[in-house]
Amino acid sequence: MNLEAIKSEVEANVPGCRLEMVANPSPSDQHSLRSDAEHAVAVAIVLRDAANLRFDFCSNVTGIDWPSREVSEKVKVKKLVDGVEQEADEIRKTVVPGCLEVVYHLFSVEKKHGPLVLRMRTQDRDAGVHLPSLTPVWRSAELQEREVFDLFGVVFDGHPDLRRLLMWPGFVDHPMRRDYVDPDDYEYEPTAHDEVPRRAQQHRGDAGGKQLSEAEGG
Amino acid sequence: MDEKLKNELSKQGIFTTTLQELYNWGRTNSIWPLNFGLACCAIEMIATTMARYDMARFGAEVFRPSPRQADLMIVAGTVTKKMAPQVVRLYNQMPEPKYVISMGACAISGGPFKQGYNVLKGIDRFIPVDLHIPGCPPRPEALLDAFMELQKRIDRQPLTGADRPRHLNADEPSEFPVPRFGAHDLEPAKNTAVWKAPLVQIAQAGKDESGSH
Repeated sequence: MNLEAIKSEVEANVPGCRLEMVANPSPSDQHSLRSDAEHAVAVAIVLRDAANLRFDFCSNVTGIDWPSREVSEKVKVKKLVDGVEQEADEIRKTVVPGCLEVVYHLFSVEKKHGPLVLRMRTQDRDAGVHLPSLTPVWRSAELQEREVFDLFGVVFDGHPDLRRLLMWPGFVDHPMRRDYVDPDDYEYEPTAHDEVPRRAQQHRGDAGGKQLSEAEGG
Repeated sequence: MDEKLKNELSKQGIFTTTLQELYNWGRTNSIWPLNFGLACCAIEMIATTMARYDMARFGAEVFRPSPRQADLMIVAGTVTKKMAPQVVRLYNQMPEPKYVISMGACAISGGPFKQGYNVLKGIDRFIPVDLHIPGCPPRPEALLDAFMELQKRIDRQPLTGADRPRHLNADEPSEFPVPRFGAHDLEPAKNTAVWKAPLVQIAQAGKDESGSH
């Protein structure tokens, strides 16, 4: 089913919603729709209930972490050099603020179409990590939204039972975030590769000198 | 007792034995494993107990659902950090003498999930492991081989002397501290009384030498 048609149909049914097409340049050609957070539940209900859409099955919920990043672009600026106006290149750096994104894959068992990729973004990665829960719309999202809450730290408002799923309740980090620092429990690695040697060196530098000499003594 | 004399006596219809032999013979042939599996290795463990591989031949068909009745813990599968305290607790609840087989890459070292955030890098960080079986997962033959090796070891255990097993030595611990859930990791992340990190020269990593010594 054409994504443009879905978009216009949803926009007609949910007044004020801001939908955005997210193009996927890869050969899979699987474009997605990004909804704003306020209207997400209304959009989801339309996707589920509209007679020709009937996305009755949410197969997958996952998260994406977008850390804030610096973008540098070359801008041509007119400058006065020795009284003569010249064009000069200037590199401008702007910081794109980070956010967390949640992705839903929707299928229609009844109409036999899908997947429709529905996305939502949080305001930022610190305080504004709230998103409306789509569990009241698709019950199958319950555990997967809990997983996204656990691993990415997205707080789903309206979720019936928002607890950590894989990690324990007292755990404070969100392991799938890009800036997660895992505990320094390096001891040895028989096939050290990639970043393991660097982490080993770091571990030795922090606390390893003592451990090394102990092991050599024993 | 002299082996030759013993053989001679048995030819004459006189059966001689020692308390140690009798004791170990009984224990060797009725090792009851604890009935729990953690991941795909458990499927191989189940296959080992079924008719084709038939672990019952070794007296180990009675998988006990209670740690109070079990002699052997087969740690079959990935031990997540969330599961690790429960595994240690189950081990503590088993009566002595008790043995542990660490089955598969995950239970030995974390296996393919070693660098992950949620998997324990080997159950031998918290409880003493008698036998490690490599494999992902190990075949039933490997589990049977480990089991027979364990039987041989039990059969050799002396009842007295300095090298008597742990359960006959009141000074040795039979329970081990259960790790707590911390804010970032298990606390403690390892029991240094049980597990010592192998020393590897990290400077050698990536070169032809293995880097270990």
